[in-house]
Amino acid sequence: MGTQKFQAGVKEYRERYWDPNYTPKDSDILACFKIVPQPGVPREEAAAAVCAESSTATWTTVWTDLLTDMDYYQGRAYAIEDVPGDDEAFYAFIAYPMGLFEEGSVVNVFTSLVGNVFGFKAVRALRLEDVRFPLWFVATCDGPPHGIQVERDKLDKYGRPLLGCTIKPKLGLSAKNYGRAIYECLRGGLDFTKDDENVNSQPFMRWRDRFLFAMEAITKAEAETGERKGHYLNVTAPNVEEMYKRAEFAKEIGAPIIMSDYLTLGWAAQASLSRWCRDNGMLLHVHRAMHAVIDRNPRHGINFRVLAKMLRLLGGDHLHSGTVVGKLEGDREATLGWISLMRERYVKEDRGRGIFFDQDWGQMPGVFPVASGGIHVWHMPALVSIFGDDAVLQFGGGTIGHPWGNAAGATANRVALEACVKARNEGRDIIKEGKEILTEAAKSCPELKMAMETWKEIKFEFETVDKLDVAHR
Amino acid sequence: MSEMNDYPSRIKDPASRRLGTFSYLPEFTEEDIRKQIQYVIDQGWDCAIEHCEPEFARLHYWYMWKLPMFGETDVDRIMDEIEACKKANPGHHVRLVGYNKYKQTQGVSFVVHRGEIPTESTTETWMHLKLKAPDWVLR
Repeated sequence: MGTQKFQAGVKEYRERYWDPNYTPKDSDILACFKIVPQPGVPREEAAAAVCAESSTATWTTVWTDLLTDMDYYQGRAYAIEDVPGDDEAFYAFIAYPMGLFEEGSVVNVFTSLVGNVFGFKAVRALRLEDVRFPLWFVATCDGPPHGIQVERDKLDKYGRPLLGCTIKPKLGLSAKNYGRAIYECLRGGLDFTKDDENVNSQPFMRWRDRFLFAMEAITKAEAETGERKGHYLNVTAPNVEEMYKRAEFAKEIGAPIIMSDYLTLGWAAQASLSRWCRDNGMLLHVHRAMHAVIDRNPRHGINFRVLAKMLRLLGGDHLHSGTVVGKLEGDREATLGWISLMRERYVKEDRGRGIFFDQDWGQMPGVFPVASGGIHVWHMPALVSIFGDDAVLQFGGGTIGHPWGNAAGATANRVALEACVKARNEGRDIIKEGKEILTEAAKSCPELKMAMETWKEIKFEFETVDKLDVAHR
Repeated sequence: MSEMNDYPSRIKDPASRRLGTFSYLPEFTEEDIRKQIQYVIDQGWDCAIEHCEPEFARLHYWYMWKLPMFGETDVDRIMDEIEACKKANPGHHVRLVGYNKYKQTQGVSFVVHRGEIPTESTTETWMHLKLKAPDWVLR
């Protein structure tokens, strides 16, 4: 106290920011980075540099450091580990004190954690693998507007995954023709249809026309089937005023659910929209356009598990999670890891699923993971087995591509789904017996039989690019 | 390629009305229902029975048959209650609910007996359209 003298100049980061004896506090925000240092930079120095640049430091010492309690505010790199299967990279664990961050601000946390530090010359590549959000931070975020249980209650749908379909072609349909495609899907037995993320308000289909025709499609399909239906009306817009205008109109015409794209829309706008949804009883489906730019490179960027945690904090009722089995990237164990981070109240550290920290969500509701992209009836047993009941399974081509049209495609999916859930509940092994279960169900459902013949041979078996780090890679 | 089929659902046909989970499968046999009840019990959930007039099936709240059978693990006892409910409420839909108190929701809900919807009556449909349809649909 009062004994420190100011010494101008550049110090090694590890003198202040590397602290292997530090025991993280429950209130700290913890981060695990994968670092590839520049040649010749020792691991401790690289870890300390990342820690320093993402917390209190600048490149040189400054006299104003001595006006505050740096021992409190500084981050601490407290551990280093090898990355299995990668000799150049290592994991660095960093603890940040709670006082560094604004309560309830995901924007503020990530401006520090993935800010300037990612362009830092001392590291060749940097990836944020996981973040542990302490309970105080979780409790100061809004979280999902409704959550899984409330959505089920509102829709009166229990004991099975929900079914959706993205309307295709994704661009170019007129509003009235688009509404036709929605109506056919919903009357056939789907719970939801979805605007493609690229659909906003283009000249070929302005948003207001789309909303009205979609609402008529929902209303008639509900009258016909007696079940509750929805269409994710995309309110992603060029600015937030326009976004709210569209959301308000969706509410005015009685739509049950709207959608946004949280990465392109921006995190603050997402948090605001989510709060609006809670205030107005509107379910919120969230798409993740741009995520692969950020999360696919195994050495640089942000792992999707962090983006998924972020969305649960920002707020959304559904979030696309990957399918494991479809046309899009997704390692099985890693996907199981982040779908548990979306849904569960407490998730334990599990390196086998890429989870580096225990995460306590307190009372924050869960988010429905959405499996979408290149899936069809033959994938149903695997999807039910991977995702369980609390998920939305979305078949785009797998509904609209049915030779008899959307309604038949929808029925095929619904029957396949219910047959798999029934068999699972009866204790059958739906992976091993998948073919028999579907074949049995198709006996009383010509639509399913046709779908099974159509997509018999379609598989997507490419190697995943972003795999979990394992030694035998 | 086989011939193309038309999709037969119609607003005026009561048979087009679906009733949630498992309503796209053929009607359950007694054995099917028993297995699903056993599943509810094995999860540690509590069974309950609900019923309603077919024309009001769309509402969230059906009539509760007595109280949920907390702690009941005997499939026969639950089957007996389903029978008793059916007998006391002829023509009603009857469904089985599995309450999951830890998640504060229903882990399972499916119809075990489908009441007949009078062909004449499209009351439910019109009620639905009047309640839900914005002016521009009916205008």
